[in-house]
Parts: sequence; structure tokens; C-alpha cells
Amino acid sequence: MFAEIFSILYQFADVFAFLILAAAGLAIIFGMMGIINMAHGEFITCGIYVTVICVQQGMPLPLAQAIGALSAGLVGIALERTIIRHLYHRPLDSILATWGISLMVTQGMLLLLGSSWRGIGTPLGSFQVGDYTFSTYRLVLFGAAIGVLAGLYLVFMRTGYGIMARATMQNAEMAQALGVRTQHMYAASFGMGAALAGLCGALYAPTMTLIPTMGITFIIESFVTVVVGGANVLLGTAPAGILLAVVRTALNAWYGQIAGQIGLLIAVIVVIRLLPEGVSGWLSRRER
Amino acid sequence: MAEVGRTVRRVGIFAATTLAMAAWPALAQQPIKVGLLEDVSGDIALMGKPKLNGSQLAAEEINKAGGIMGRKIELLHLDPQMDNARYQEFARRLLQRDKVDVLIGGITSASREAIRPIVNRTDVPYFYTNQYEGGVCDASTISIGAVPEQQFSTLIPWMVEKFGKKVYTIAADYNFGQISAEWTRDLMKKLGGQVVGEEFIPLGVSQFGQTIQNIQRANPDWIMALNVGASQDSFFEQAAAAKLTIPMGSSIKVMLGFEHKRFPPPALAQMHATANWFEEVDTPAAADFKKRWRAKFPNEAYINDMGYNAYTALYMYKTLVEKAKSTKKADLRKVIATGEACIDAPEGKICIDPKSQHTSHHMRLIGVNPDHSVRVIKDFGLIKPYWLGEIGCDLTKKDPKAQYTPTSLPKK
Repeated sequence: MFAEIFSILYQFADVFAFLILAAAGLAIIFGMMGIINMAHGEFITCGIYVTVICVQQGMPLPLAQAIGALSAGLVGIALERTIIRHLYHRPLDSILATWGISLMVTQGMLLLLGSSWRGIGTPLGSFQVGDYTFSTYRLVLFGAAIGVLAGLYLVFMRTGYGIMARATMQNAEMAQALGVRTQHMYAASFGMGAALAGLCGALYAPTMTLIPTMGITFIIESFVTVVVGGANVLLGTAPAGILLAVVRTALNAWYGQIAGQIGLLIAVIVVIRLLPEGVSGWLSRRER
Repeated sequence: MAEVGRTVRRVGIFAATTLAMAAWPALAQQPIKVGLLEDVSGDIALMGKPKLNGSQLAAEEINKAGGIMGRKIELLHLDPQMDNARYQEFARRLLQRDKVDVLIGGITSASREAIRPIVNRTDVPYFYTNQYEGGVCDASTISIGAVPEQQFSTLIPWMVEKFGKKVYTIAADYNFGQISAEWTRDLMKKLGGQVVGEEFIPLGVSQFGQTIQNIQRANPDWIMALNVGASQDSFFEQAAAAKLTIPMGSSIKVMLGFEHKRFPPPALAQMHATANWFEEVDTPAAADFKKRWRAKFPNEAYINDMGYNAYTALYMYKTLVEKAKSTKKADLRKVIATGEACIDAPEGKICIDPKSQHTSHHMRLIGVNPDHSVRVIKDFGLIKPYWLGEIGCDLTKKDPKAQYTPTSLPKK
């Protein structure tokens, strides 16, 4: 009985971690800047490949993962400075531009790096509860998801940057009038979003097949979570993650992965029908 | 004078034209256009690239040796990127605009079924070069890959005898996975075994925590692994990390996606598969073939089964055309009907079966060792594609253009 309950909790934590880590970067960029970043998957891929390269060079995995996340962040800042900043207030064009970048990056990587790489293997081994055996590393992923949520809360609620970023998010002109350099806010936010995407890739790199298009496998979950969560990262992403993880875990366990996938998408349709602004829109309206 | 001059000129032009026409076939024979549809980008690019390479190697060798009846092979490759709509668009383009003499390709069974009706509206023969779930009885389609009676009827009895009667199937959720799972059910029933669990997985899914738990709960003796694509291959890494060490069998792993080369050991240890080709085949003919391949493509990660099949397909086409002395589908099929459509492939002599237009193969059962080297467990020798003929498909008499499965047999 205990093993069954533990198994359910473990699977929930696993799905929750995947949703949160996949969505966090996308949610920040969408919430802060209104940019729908179609190249989100490629930032994830960037994190993955940099991590793998570092491990192949003999670095310990945690250091490699930090470098993977960081390099995705730097690429994000460079991209924001060169391309994205011209596209604020042009959301449709930004979709097209980021999608174009995504296509060029995946095809470029395929040509340059080849169609597949050898994996690096999942660390930390396994443990047993009752008749079930579990991968220990998956608990690290859950811990990382909680860490990302806590970190975002601290950054946005407890730092000077957070206050200015939230001011920019609510009313960019007014923030600018009060002396906030909104351009810097945007660059930093885009970089942070890209770094979080890179972190997601870095964390999942040991557990997956390494191909240039692997970022795409995160895309459905990340968009779904952001749509359900709404524009506010702090209020929306965690509840959206919990809601979707409950639906998916239950259906996966009872009827398998197809049901889980269908259930996830139906949950999204129901949520956006009832709460068009997502969970965060609904919560912030209730507060008022 | 003027009159004579014009006549002389006319004669001159006539003579020159005649000479040119006579010289035309010898100097510049029209090449044979081979249309190729292979995915070299997207989720299965790592399997599709060797297919393209195999066709290129065969075309180069054949052209160097003088072509097919003196005509060079010209490959026209398009990359449908595992998108079935693109498959249809590109098939139409190759057939209608480029007027190819033969169409080769398609990786997933979904893509094959997407283009088969389009091919069927033309007079162009189509070679499908993958192992697959079997059952296509269609006069336009010539299947070069292995089919269930060569892969499942050999593998499953061995797995049952060796590991036990309880199997859990994980399969990609499209026609290949569904029909292969049906074959597994059918054979397990005949062997007195039991399918204790079956899970179909949407293409592109990469997280398998719950699947692994479901397998542990069902506690099977072995797993039938029919997951497809790079995303779904993550199952092996995640199962290994969760210490799921149940033996596995498959009709597609190792020889197609070289998972044993892509994942660190021992993720694929305990994997068993039946194949007509895998790079570890160790015969003089195979070694020679591998040497030629590696000379042209030194960076090839793995010479996989479908790449090998794509290579042999062009030689099979060459043999058919040369025996028929024609590139017309009807003439090629006359050669197939004689039962003499055979080539000496790197695996040995293989022939096209007249009734089903599928190919006989030298089948081996392979197992992956803990260090991810591959051993041959059992050599079945040459196995003919007999199933379609047994259930009543005879393309020499009737062309139903249908696909049959164990539960969907032709009406008697």
C-alpha cells in the first residue's frame, strides 16, 4: 500500500517537475514581455548540448549543467539585443521571427553536429520501495523544479530588480518615467527566460536521446502550462503545473500515455474556456 | 544554281540530323530517374540519413559499372521530414513533374500508406525499403524489408521459451505499432502465452516514468519494445535509470536506430531482435560491403538495416530492369512472376516472392551484451515471406491494393 502511494506521489512529482521546468523560461518571456518565444525549444537544446559537451570534456555533471544554463542565457541576451528588441509591440512578427530562428538553429545543428549523439547516462542510481524501483535522479529534477519556483519568487518579490521588472511588466511607460531602464529589464528578463530553458535542457540531458530537434519534445508541455497559468509567472505557473500534473498522472496510471496526453489537452481547453486569462488572471481578479 | 545550292544544303542538314539521331542513344542515353523520399531531418533523421547514403552508394557503384542497360541512375531526393502531408506533396511532384521511372522510400508505415494511393494512380513501381508490420498486398509496391513472419514468428517463440509466457507491449501509437502489437497478441495466443499489459505511446512523447511503473506492476517476463523515434527511445535510458532490468524483444531496435551505440551501457543489455541486417554481421560479403560504405561515408554512426535495404533495393531494381529489358512496371512484374527476381546481397541470395512481392531474407536473432556489443544467438537461415501467400494474396492473379493483418484477412 505504501509503495502504491509512494509511486503515485513520485509520478506526480515527475510530471510536475517536467511541466514547471519546461515552462518557466517561456512563462517569464511571455509574462514580462508579451513575446511568444517559438525558439524556446532551441534554448532547451542549447542547454542540453552545452551540458553534454562539458561532460564529454570531463567536467562534473552539476558544473556542466550550470554552464549549459548560463550559455543559453547568454545566447538569449545576444538574441534580444540583436533581433527581439526590434519586435516589441509586434507580437505576431515576434512569433514569426522566433520561429524562423528555431528552424534555422535546428537545421543548422543537424548539419553541423550530425543527427544523433551518444548519451551521457543518468547519474545517482536507483532505490526501491516495495516492488517498485525508482530513479533517484528524478527526485533531483523535482527538487530543481521547486528550487526554480522558489528562486523566481525571491527574485521577483525580494530584489530591486524584481520590483523594477514587475513595474515594467505592469506599465512600461510609467516605469520608464520613474527612471527604470526598461530596455535593460527586457534584456535581463529575456536572458533569464533563456537561461531557465537552458537549465531545463541541462537537467534532462542525461535522461534523454540526444538529437538536434529534442527541444521540441518539451514544447507541448511548456506552452500548455503557460496557457493554463496565464501571464503572471508567480501566480500562474505553479498552480497550472499542479493542475495539469494531477490530470496527467491520474490518466497515465489508469489508461496509459495516450489518455494522459489527451487529458492534458482537454484540461487546457476547459481551462481557457472557463478562465480565458489563465489561472493567474483568475487569481489576481479574485484578489481585487 | 540557287536551286542546286538549296538541295545540297537540305541533303546536308538531313544527313547531319540522321547522324545525330543515330549517335544520340550511344552518346547521351537518358538517365533512369529514381525518386527518393527519405526523412533526413526530424525525429527519425538519424535512421533516415543512412537510407539516403545507401541509395547514393548503390547508385555510384552501379553508374561506375556502366549503369542499368547503359543508362546512368539519377537520384532525385526530397526530404519529407517525417510529415505525411509533405510525403504526399513530394510523391506527386516526383511522379508528375519529374516523371521518375521508379519511386523508392518512406520510413514510417504511416508515410507508406500516405503515398501508396498516389503511386497507385500511376504506372510507376514503388519500392518500400523498411522492415514493417507486413500485409501490404499491392501490385505497385515491392517490399524489400523484413516482415512479421521473418521477425516475430522467429523472435517471439524464442523469447517465450527463454524468458516466459508473460509479455508487456509498449508500442508507438500509429499503424506500425498497433499492427505489430496485434501480431504479438496473435502469436502469444498461439503459443499459450499472455499479454499482461499493452501501452500505446503518442509519437514525440519522451517521458516514461509512469510506463516504467506500469510495467513493474504488471510484472511481465519480458517486454516487446516497439517504441519509434528518437523521443520514444528515451524509454531505454529512463528504464535503465529506474533499474527496470526485464529482458526485451523487438523488431526494430538495435538494427535500425542503433540504440546500443547511442545510450551508455547497460541500457540496452537484455535487448533481443531479429534482423536481416545489422552492422555487426560478420561474413566476408558483409565485411566487403561495410568497407565500401565506410570508404564513402567515413563518419557514418551505424550502417543500419534500412540503409542496407535501400542499398540492395537499387540492385534489385537493376536486376529487374535488365531481365525485363524495360523500366515499365508491367514488364518488371513479369520478371517477378517467374520467381527469378533474385540478387546476391551482402546478407546472401535474396529473392522477391511472386505472390506478395515481398523479399526473402537471411534472418538472425541477435542479443545485446552488457557492454553493448552484439552477439548472434540463433541463425534461422533464409526465410521466405510466406504469410501473405498463405492467407490468399496472389498478386500474379489479383491486385487488391490492400493491407492485411492477423485480424483483417482477405475475404475468401
